[in-house]
Amino acid sequence: MDIIISNTSDEPIYRQIVNQVKVLILNGELKEGHALPSIRGLARDLRISVITTSRAYEELEREGFIRSVPGKGSFVSEENKEFLKEKKLQILEDKLLQAIEESKSLNLSFNELVEMLRLLYQEEK
Amino acid sequence: MSYVLEVNGLSKSYRDFTLDNISFKLEKGYVMGFIGPNGAGKSTTIKLMMNLIKRNSGEIKIFGMDNILHEKEIKEKIGFVYDESTFYGVLTINEMKGIIRPFYREWDEDKFQRCLKEFELNPDKKIDDLSKGMKMKFSLAIALSHNAELILMDEPTSGLDPIFRSELLDILYSIIQDEEKSIFFSTHITSDLEKIADYITFINQGKLVFSRAKDDVLENYAIIKGRKELLTDEVKRAFTGLRLSSTGFEGLTDNIPRIRELLKDQVLIEKASLDDIMIYSVRRAINV
Repeated sequence: MDIIISNTSDEPIYRQIVNQVKVLILNGELKEGHALPSIRGLARDLRISVITTSRAYEELEREGFIRSVPGKGSFVSEENKEFLKEKKLQILEDKLLQAIEESKSLNLSFNELVEMLRLLYQEEK
Repeated sequence: MSYVLEVNGLSKSYRDFTLDNISFKLEKGYVMGFIGPNGAGKSTTIKLMMNLIKRNSGEIKIFGMDNILHEKEIKEKIGFVYDESTFYGVLTINEMKGIIRPFYREWDEDKFQRCLKEFELNPDKKIDDLSKGMKMKFSLAIALSHNAELILMDEPTSGLDPIFRSELLDILYSIIQDEEKSIFFSTHITSDLEKIADYITFINQGKLVFSRAKDDVLENYAIIKGRKELLTDEVKRAFTGLRLSSTGFEGLTDNIPRIRELLKDQVLIEKASLDDIMIYSVRRAINV
């Protein structure tokens, strides 16, 4: 599990961990049921405090991305396929919105944008 | 919640120094950094914990027991790592261990041998020939071999180079992996061991400044930089400490929302380090 912590960022360290783990889960690098490093192991590897990693894991659990089993550790949530799909759809929507904004700034019409999307979609197949 | 260390209203007076009503606690399995400038009272506090000097008032509980009434039981489970070496210099590591070992009921010789290997300590080397860093590793090896549940370190990093300090950090991380062991260390160099600290207790001139989770401290304080004409009396009150120069001001605040409200985007707001917090808090005390 790759996590890069910046000590100069304004974002608190626990937030950086939460965001990076989320990305790893959403892009499929961390699969359902995958075991995460222990709280203390992660603190050691990132050279941060145990409180910081605990807080990151608590947050991820609260948001439904991971679940913690006492005595066993933390795992990527599996029961929540719908939830992950929803999160991914959200990301897709954001990207589409970006594309729409870009096309507007280029004065593309809706139909031209749809045509472009159709061509690209078919190429991918 | 079980605490390994509870200090309540601890006071000790000398002719020219008073440790005044110090209180803090440390939960089992966590790490506390005890910071403050030279002469703040850190060593006095640690000596009181180890019952090396007599307190005037207050109480200290270690593993839930009074540190004077249960001194012997408590010390069995403390690994005390002292700034100065307390070993006999003419003896070898192995000979010194032979003297120390009988003092502890729970001695794990295998563990001791593993530590020597891991810390690259030669058992036949004389204590006097060990570097400062190696002496510290030897102290830690002893602490780990008698199964200490609380590692108490007084200024462990003073006089050690950055490479060794980094190695010490690795050792401390491996100690806390099992959730059973706690670490308390004092230091006036905050930039290295602070990484591992869950809690920071800061004292200055014998008084407690704060004892809080490190993340809370770092999130609440900020360094503010800007032009001097922004400093009205109202603005000044929002600062813990200020430094003025011909080029502008720099100050520490623990009230970031207030600064934002008063100065909006006319100033630079940066993360404060523990060093910043220590320096500005101490300076203010001097200026008052």
